Amino acid sequence: MAATRAEVCAVACAEAWRGDGEVLAAAMGTCSVLGARLARLTFEPELLTTDGGALLTREALPLGRAADPAAGGAEGWLPFRDHLWLVLHGRRHVMMGASQLDRSGRSNISAIGPWEKPDRQLLGVRGAPGNTLCNPTSYWIPRHSRRVFVPEVDMASGVAAATARDLRRVVTDLAVLDFGGPGRTARLVSVHPGVAVREVRERTGFELAGADGEVPVTREPTGEELRLLREVLDPGGLRDREVPG
Amino acid sequence: MSKVTTPEAIAASLSDGMTLGIGGWGSRRKPMELVRAVCRSPVRDLTVVSCGGPDVGMLCAHGKVRRVVAPFVTLDSIPLEPYFRAARESGAVELTEYDEGMFLFGLLAAAHRLPFLPTPAGLGSDVLRVNPGLRTVRSPYPAGDGEGLLVAVPPLRLDAALVHLNRADPRGNGQYLGPDPYLDDLFAKASDRCYLSCERIVDSFTGPAQSLLISRAMVAGVAETPRGALFTSCEPDYGRDEEAQRRYAASASDPALRAEFFGPGPGAGRTEAA
Repeated sequence: MAATRAEVCAVACAEAWRGDGEVLAAAMGTCSVLGARLARLTFEPELLTTDGGALLTREALPLGRAADPAAGGAEGWLPFRDHLWLVLHGRRHVMMGASQLDRSGRSNISAIGPWEKPDRQLLGVRGAPGNTLCNPTSYWIPRHSRRVFVPEVDMASGVAAATARDLRRVVTDLAVLDFGGPGRTARLVSVHPGVAVREVRERTGFELAGADGEVPVTREPTGEELRLLREVLDPGGLRDREVPG
Repeated sequence: MSKVTTPEAIAASLSDGMTLGIGGWGSRRKPMELVRAVCRSPVRDLTVVSCGGPDVGMLCAHGKVRRVVAPFVTLDSIPLEPYFRAARESGAVELTEYDEGMFLFGLLAAAHRLPFLPTPAGLGSDVLRVNPGLRTVRSPYPAGDGEGLLVAVPPLRLDAALVHLNRADPRGNGQYLGPDPYLDDLFAKASDRCYLSCERIVDSFTGPAQSLLISRAMVAGVAETPRGALFTSCEPDYGRDEEAQRRYAASASDPALRAEFFGPGPGAGRTEAA
């Protein structure tokens, strides 16, 4: 069976961690978590991954399964305070979500509208300021839209690519972006199989570098990657709920 | 030597305008029984310092809060806290919004009685814009890279703190049995008076010494509140009551659901108590 869009996305997320070696792959969102664990199971075996809680797992676990330390399933302990230590230490590549993301790479998970009295209060900045300043950072955006890709964020939770330690890539349900455009701005790297460049441009609220000429197509998952996603990491098909086929 | 008390007595000891720290993280191991007692008490104008969850939402909904100091407020499995959201969107509460690492350093600075702790986190973000009182410092040592500019996070000194743990003894020593201590010991150390609630008061502790998180020297009172973190989680005693949390979130737009969480009874999600 051909790969679904969600599977293409999970593999595109996995690619974010290629070459990272022995660092924590911190992931938020289904395809992002799947990507981290898939990378560990395939081309990036030294990655550290968690059970979604405080435990570093001996093996990359299926979605939703907690590590069982009594059965030897944990290889380490990483409570929230140690995540915050690791942010400053730096041996961590985080893939975050964002409610807004702008051309310069700034992200917002804090509030929409004026911060003093927002139209829509969101989560708060969480770890985004420190993550982006101190860690390689990528983003996973399950729904590529003008609501997310705005000319300028209302509140900069995550810092711009020009300030960030290393803003790597943005994976969306349509495409892969990076910040290799003029002056460290957003650039289209590839579109997923079956997606038109025009659709990406229409659903992006600012001018996207690299969207004029020939745009590469995001690679298809390998047979082994599909097997791992379908039979090992996500047999319940949670990925399809995040990115409907 | 006994510091055993009740949620009502703890709530009654708070006074208007206090800075109140609350342990736990998001919708995990929140001292909800104590929070409900504070909601029923006459206290007001609190500054609430929290890795926020329904504790912040409940206190906002009861009009107890002047300012929230937090890196986030969330129900975890439900991203947005509806009552905090309403309070912010109506302008009813002020917010001091910190990066998570800044928040940790604020508690560490207070716990260590330091005037500030330096961190790069926050630089380049709007955290500095929305907190104009924050100052930066330069490293006095030759900078390895960058310019050595750092945010000087001020101490988050707390007049009082509320923390929920799995076990405590009558003297006020506290033990956590779950996978994560969150920042609970730091809330105790950063506060003038820390109050514990716990699943069970025990005469003495079993289990690894590392699980003895909070010392009686940091604790003013301890209340036994079985299932007192519900509907938030208190691993391994119980997980989050997701069904009750869904009703809580829905209650923000459905007044018929509010009695369970805002009535005089034992409160949210406790109907299934064993």
